[in-house]
Amino acid sequence: MSNNLILKVKNLKVQINNEKIIENLSFEVKKGEVLTILGPNGAGKTVLLKTLLGIYPFEGEIVWKEGVRIGYVPQRLPFIKNIPITVEEFFKLKNLSKKEIENILNEIGFKENLKKEVGNLSSGQFQRILIGWALAKNPEVLLFDEPMTGIDIKGEETIYTLLKRLKEKRGLTLLLVTHDLSVVYKFSDFVICLNKYPVCQGAPKDVLSPETLRNLYGEEIKFYQHYHK
Amino acid sequence: MEQLILSLITGIFIAGTAGYLGTLMLSKRMALVAGPLGHLTLPGIALALIYGFDVSLGAFPFVILGIILIWLIEIKTKLPLEALTAIVFALGVAVSFLFLPIAKAETALIGDITKVSLNEVIISALLCLLVFFVVKKIYPKMVLINISEDLAKAEKINVKKYNFLYLMAIAIIVALGVKMVGGLLTAALVAIPACASRNLSKNLLEYICLAPLFGIFSAVFGILLFKLTGFPAGPLIILGSGLIFLISIIFKK
Repeated sequence: MSNNLILKVKNLKVQINNEKIIENLSFEVKKGEVLTILGPNGAGKTVLLKTLLGIYPFEGEIVWKEGVRIGYVPQRLPFIKNIPITVEEFFKLKNLSKKEIENILNEIGFKENLKKEVGNLSSGQFQRILIGWALAKNPEVLLFDEPMTGIDIKGEETIYTLLKRLKEKRGLTLLLVTHDLSVVYKFSDFVICLNKYPVCQGAPKDVLSPETLRNLYGEEIKFYQHYHK
Repeated sequence: MEQLILSLITGIFIAGTAGYLGTLMLSKRMALVAGPLGHLTLPGIALALIYGFDVSLGAFPFVILGIILIWLIEIKTKLPLEALTAIVFALGVAVSFLFLPIAKAETALIGDITKVSLNEVIISALLCLLVFFVVKKIYPKMVLINISEDLAKAEKINVKKYNFLYLMAIAIIVALGVKMVGGLLTAALVAIPACASRNLSKNLLEYICLAPLFGIFSAVFGILLFKLTGFPAGPLIILGSGLIFLISIIFKK
């Protein structure tokens, strides 16, 4: 694997309970790139992330750069409400000192009390906490599942501004799962349209045409490309 | 007097450890699992009572069997855990009543901690200490696993290994618990202190510390009340923790 590559995936096939979830997927990710995985619900996006993390078995090849540190931001953590755990205690699960915790919270713009229960945070603050938690051991790559879930438009923008800032500051490589097209245009270097099979792959401007999106989401979708200066 | 002290020591060790482990079980939504496991021990308790050996010793292999059964059936059928517990628990009770001598039924069902011997006290205390240190060791990782197995796996935590240690801890505590409160009431020993603690705590530290304290208080309360009233200690211990739970509702933040 060349120095510049962080991840190489070749002929990936994932089956869960005898159901084919992903087939015939190959791609590469270079250091510092933002890769977006786009697709409708049930297309296998989350499964792809989890397979890359080693959670599901697979056929084919997944090669990470040797010794790579990976941070994972899950879509949601519904069960955390069952546990009376404060923000500080949640970070301590990763063996961080108070100073390290404060530094990270500062970096992600978390303004609330450290002693607040994680289950009582607003969804925007909660997502910041998850990002901060994923960043805690200085990962080179961040895998991020559906960043905007449950957050209003204003909050959504802020999460992306935050990601952009973190990426520039830390030189992060990002793998994002989303179905938000504007994010893809504004932010990604490379996009994979996934609907079990890869429907398209490439730079967003090159591959996202009304036609590929129709293939991806079905006939109903109406799509207009906006250009950002 | 000496017997009372032995009972109190055993009660404090078992109830305290059960309360501590209970906090993990509640956050894993498994608080009720100790119920069917307790019921499953009844045939083992029956054997112990008939042949005159320690009830915890009789109970232990049956808890292990129960854990394996529930685990296997869950993997195979994907039925929810609570449905499986219903099946397993009914079977345990049914089998035990086929050969449990009715005269001994009370001890099997609601326990009897008031006649423990010095040897039993020592063994119970040592096992409780073992469970306590294992649970303390795995606690942070288990919390993460309870929050999200995927997140834990992404952190390269060996989820299977931790779950195994956790289940073994449950098996030992259930086996010890049946001695104290019988096969019918073991779930209460782990569940009620943890629930009361959950009501009152604002963070993990309080949650972890309050539950064993509540367990210990109920054990002392139940055993002393037995001394005063002559009612069986097992149910009195559970009523003690029930009382704490009621109070915790009033003061719930």
